[in-house]
Amino acid sequence: MTDPLQVKPYLDLRAETQARDRGLKEKVMSLEEAAALVCDGDHVAIGGSTISRTPMAMIWALIRQGRRKLIASRSIMSHEGDLLLASGVSSHVVTSWFSQGIVWGVSKVMRLHVESGKARFDEWSHMSMGLRYRAGAMGIPFMPTRSMMGSGVGERTRSETHEMTCPFSGDQLVLLPALNPDVAIIHVQRADAYGNAQIDGLQFMDIDIAMAATKVILTTERLIDNAQIRRTPDRTRIPFFTVDAVVEVPFGCAPHECYGTYEPFFDQMDDYAKQVSADPEQGAANYLKEYFYDTATWQDYLEKFGIAAMLDASRRGRSIYDD
Amino acid sequence: MMTDKPACTASELLAVMSARLLNDGQIVFAGVGIPLLAVTLAQRLHAPSLTILFEGGVIGPFIEPGKLPPSTNEQRCTRKANMVLPITDVLLLLQRGYIDIGFMGGAQIDRYGNLNSSFIGDPDKPKIRLPGTGGGNDISSLANMIVAMKHEKRRFVAEVDFVTSPGFLTGGTSRIDAGLVTGGMFRVVTDLALIGFDSESRQMSVLALHEGVTREQVLDNTGFDLAFDDTLAVTAPPSSDELAVLRELDPEQLYTA
Repeated sequence: MTDPLQVKPYLDLRAETQARDRGLKEKVMSLEEAAALVCDGDHVAIGGSTISRTPMAMIWALIRQGRRKLIASRSIMSHEGDLLLASGVSSHVVTSWFSQGIVWGVSKVMRLHVESGKARFDEWSHMSMGLRYRAGAMGIPFMPTRSMMGSGVGERTRSETHEMTCPFSGDQLVLLPALNPDVAIIHVQRADAYGNAQIDGLQFMDIDIAMAATKVILTTERLIDNAQIRRTPDRTRIPFFTVDAVVEVPFGCAPHECYGTYEPFFDQMDDYAKQVSADPEQGAANYLKEYFYDTATWQDYLEKFGIAAMLDASRRGRSIYDD
Repeated sequence: MMTDKPACTASELLAVMSARLLNDGQIVFAGVGIPLLAVTLAQRLHAPSLTILFEGGVIGPFIEPGKLPPSTNEQRCTRKANMVLPITDVLLLLQRGYIDIGFMGGAQIDRYGNLNSSFIGDPDKPKIRLPGTGGGNDISSLANMIVAMKHEKRRFVAEVDFVTSPGFLTGGTSRIDAGLVTGGMFRVVTDLALIGFDSESRQMSVLALHEGVTREQVLDNTGFDLAFDDTLAVTAPPSSDELAVLRELDPEQLYTA
């Protein structure tokens, strides 16, 4: 099997794209059906960043289906990264920063897995992650950058990069290898049945990962009519022909935030931090059992948070549009 | 001792002293925590046309008191912003050269201003795996930097275990030689002192002590032989105005406890 993080031969990339059904067709399916599109060993790029627009429902489905050996990449990882490691779904993470979030300190789950050598955490600078996805989106094998030079971050990724003296200017540059993820999983506010997706607020790296990936799974707060998309095409960020699956999942990022819809569920994030700080192994196992394995549906999962928390998070989320 | 000196926490002192270093009209790339608080404070006090940039993809927000974002990637960061854009594009503004100051905190720093937020101990077998760079490496590779951090011996070390975010590397011209032809450390602000960097050796040199702080105190809390400027000054303590605005911004002491 080829290494999914290696630069993909261009003709292979083109052939894979050619082979995809790019017609304007409906792709609505269940979380379970969409999760089945992800294969063991795939490189899965996760949309959003830290605790924002995390495709949590898709991660819930992947963990429940017991996917294995995924390489998970993201601009910044939060507690979904903990859960991918703790569940055994992934033991290889490629990102620029990995912890629950600054206010919760260093993730004990990440530490447990990475310090023991059970998991690999490849650290790239944030812009480098972005440029790697962008190169993938652009169909070119690398992107030059003026970052990462002279540092340990550059040194530790040296086996995967090259240095170049610019033939135009003589400048010293680092060449970052393109990322073309096998699958991108992205949560959006609105999408139609064909996969035209509208994203409100912060876009993070989502457009690039959608364009770079071989498959795209969208989860969406609301499934809307194509006619509605066509009224505001300027707000469409991901075109239907890159998308393979559309799943309607209200509160699909909980307990993380979804711009303009709900803010993070802070109390629940505090509880998680407390639980895994006390015992990263057992704490994460208990959390996974309670929220992931013992909930048969996404609605069961949301009921764990409770209606009061959901109302509070939505009230805060919608307040971004207040003057 | 002065009796009308308002008591403040070490974090408040850091925020106030850093805010004073920022000028009106500047474009500042800020991390969360003290940097975010300090740029917002500067914006409210003496730099109304200062523009904040957040890594999450935000240009020119106006953060609401009491609603500080826990990261630079949440909707709170976009409050009253001029523009939101993808993460990669906001970071590319650093490379293009639009940013006056990069501003962040640090877990560990050395005499050349190199920052470590990745590993404690041997990176191949770390005692502690820290969260990593985020945009820190990009910001410090491409902009002039202010770093705000607590002055402790375990944080101010002769040599960092790992260079996450490059300062002046091994001093002299080593930063430029490595290909980093722009940017570099401008100031380090601690709860004890204000620190600059020698223009030749590129080593830290204390420019000013905070009121009531002694040289011995600084040396006792530093893991290497830190130099002092010939014209060592004393900073003015935080005013009641500065502290009042700061406390209004962070009433729950999310960042200033």
